[in-house]
Amino acid sequence: MDTLALSRLQFAVTAMFHFLFVPLTLGLGWLTAWFETRYALGDDAYLPIARFWGKLFLINFALGVVTGLTMEFQFGMNWAEYSRYVGDIFGAPLAIEALAAFFLESVFIGVWIFGWERLSKKAHAACMWVVAFATNMSALWILLANGWMQRPVGYILRNGRAEMVDFGALLTNPYGWLEFFHTVFGGWVIAGFFVLGVSAWHLLRKNQEDMFKKSFGAGAVFALASSLLVAGVGDMSGVNAAKNQPAKFAAMESVWETRTAAPMTLLTVPRLNGEGNAVEALRIPYLLSLLAFHDPQAEVKGLNDIAAQDRPPVLPVFLSFRAMVGLGMLFILLSGLAVLVWYKDWFARYPRLLQVLVFAIPLPYLAIQLGWLVTELGRQPWAVYGLLRTADAVSKTVTPGQVWLSLGGFVVFYSALGLVDFWLLAKYARKGMEG
Amino acid sequence: MDYAKIWFVLWAVLWTAYFALDGFDLGVGFSGWLAADGADERGGVFSSVGPFWDGNEVWLITAGGATFAAFPPVYAALFSWLYPALFLLLFSLIARGVALEFRGKVASAPWKSFWERTAAVSSLLVALLLGVAFGNIFRGLQIGPDGYAGTFLGLLNPYALLTGALFCAFFFFHGQLWLSFKAPGRAADRAAALAGKGWYALASLFAAFVVYSWAGTGLSGNFLERRALLLLPLLAVLSLGAARLLLAGGRRRAAFLASFAAIATFSLTGFAGIYPALLPSAIDPAFSLTVYDSASSAYTLRLMTWVAVLLLPVVIACQLWVHRLFAVPLSAAELKKSGMY
Repeated sequence: MDTLALSRLQFAVTAMFHFLFVPLTLGLGWLTAWFETRYALGDDAYLPIARFWGKLFLINFALGVVTGLTMEFQFGMNWAEYSRYVGDIFGAPLAIEALAAFFLESVFIGVWIFGWERLSKKAHAACMWVVAFATNMSALWILLANGWMQRPVGYILRNGRAEMVDFGALLTNPYGWLEFFHTVFGGWVIAGFFVLGVSAWHLLRKNQEDMFKKSFGAGAVFALASSLLVAGVGDMSGVNAAKNQPAKFAAMESVWETRTAAPMTLLTVPRLNGEGNAVEALRIPYLLSLLAFHDPQAEVKGLNDIAAQDRPPVLPVFLSFRAMVGLGMLFILLSGLAVLVWYKDWFARYPRLLQVLVFAIPLPYLAIQLGWLVTELGRQPWAVYGLLRTADAVSKTVTPGQVWLSLGGFVVFYSALGLVDFWLLAKYARKGMEG
Repeated sequence: MDYAKIWFVLWAVLWTAYFALDGFDLGVGFSGWLAADGADERGGVFSSVGPFWDGNEVWLITAGGATFAAFPPVYAALFSWLYPALFLLLFSLIARGVALEFRGKVASAPWKSFWERTAAVSSLLVALLLGVAFGNIFRGLQIGPDGYAGTFLGLLNPYALLTGALFCAFFFFHGQLWLSFKAPGRAADRAAALAGKGWYALASLFAAFVVYSWAGTGLSGNFLERRALLLLPLLAVLSLGAARLLLAGGRRRAAFLASFAAIATFSLTGFAGIYPALLPSAIDPAFSLTVYDSASSAYTLRLMTWVAVLLLPVVIACQLWVHRLFAVPLSAAELKKSGMY
């Protein structure tokens, strides 16, 4: 493999590993802050609940922070040509993220961990609100940067590079905002199902039932609301992709022929050689046009009308997208049932649902990773859509040997860290609450 | 207004803030155990940086992000040319962070000892690698007409190794001074004694660095041209001396502030010496990456200046508040409650 292929693989491995930890943080911070606020407002039963979920938040947070360093370093290390070409506009949101969000997050998490005896109850709970807010703001700046790669705006090509001329355009890029809401809500789904699954595990064992029922209820409502929101934004993101990145949209649905009033084929099997579909069955008329443009007559562009060198890899994008959407629907169903069970106090009546919820913990993680595969593989062969090809973005001076070494190092090192962190999470999750 | 010049100063200040802030928790990381006797004291020593180290490390992320935004070619060149060194630095930073977070999570002696050793080795590596990297930048890199022409082993030249050793000595001194008023019980006194002894090594290395820089690198040019800049190395020498005297006088917090000033003025001295280059070429100044040819557009720099003007004071205020909040060292009960002990 050459430096390009290795660097892409390394970026994928390190980004996906980073994203095993970040999304739980995005949602669990809000939940922990909510629990602690109930305590701060006078309900002492919520103190152990807040501390329990806060501890799990921290174990998870630690790896999110350190693996984030890799993401920043890698643009310069492996993607030097990219950094030179777009740093003028792409660097700004990253730097602002550090100053506006990451500082707050790091400072207030330290205060939250050590400040139990030094702040009033309300001030201490406020720290977790700041942390939760800052982690989500972090996501906003990162995704405005990523949104710019998907749909570059506010720049001019000058002095042999893309120079920023309109920061407002970058700030209001709908692509970035849609990614932000879709990703953040996806993270909240993860947190909701995490709280549901861990609570269900304890409820099945009749441990601290009162406290885990309270957690279960909050997790269920949060998971259901987030699952609905993520699906809603997902629909808008589909329209957005169809409009701005027709090649990505065509790959997501494996559509080859351009046509108006396009039907949706429920059963599609793409050919492995990337030349059309082997099977197309169960058509629902107009549905694809409707989904793509909210207009049953609209024209949907097919891959046959996109030059082969401008197409993303169809099969992985298609499969990831279908699996993500299927999982998304499952989340609405499961969290809806969970809300019902909590509301009616049917915990003893439906132990099977509790068991399913324990095993459902990894599913939203899977869905969010698949979502990123759709977004990033679907953008290929471009690093910046229509502006800079991935092949032209890679560092010229870095040798394949160097990347083999770093990639191997990451795989070994990250695997070890991931195992330890997973073990710690499981240990603390099983231990239950204090007192 | 020339934003590129403003950003050179901000760039230098951000890196300097990182060295002076993360310096003490890196020092505690690799040498704190020397001041501690037994597991309890070691726990107190490591936890003394608990509320601070993460916020300190964000200065590195900000310095990196600012390099990317304000001087993209410098960011691209530095990180890709020094790929193996950056990779090592990254792994050390990750190991350091994880070690500090995981250490208190399991109440077993082998578990704690494993993460304490990891924290020690990785913190030392971070200090050394930063010193070697900036030693090479101060001295000038092997940049030719086609970019970097040096090798990885070439980075381990005597001047860079000296700077690496100097960074380690600075952070040792800085970390021990921190412990001298933050560590529990007698560990604080041991740290004060260690800082006192370490000062002699630090002062010798600093003297060697000044002489070598003056005689063996191009750093002296700017200082001869603008004598006022000599104030920076002069302040570094004075702060270093003051730190020793204040420590001897038992004023440990003040000694820590003096060592903070010494690191800051030492670092700024280096940056003042390489101006207008951010990455000077040791082959020919014509190949250097400078503020004139590496800066982002005026639009971007103006925007980033506003961002810095608005947000840096908030960041600094937050961090000062944390230092005030935790001015009194954490009690054993508090450490227990934090779950980090």
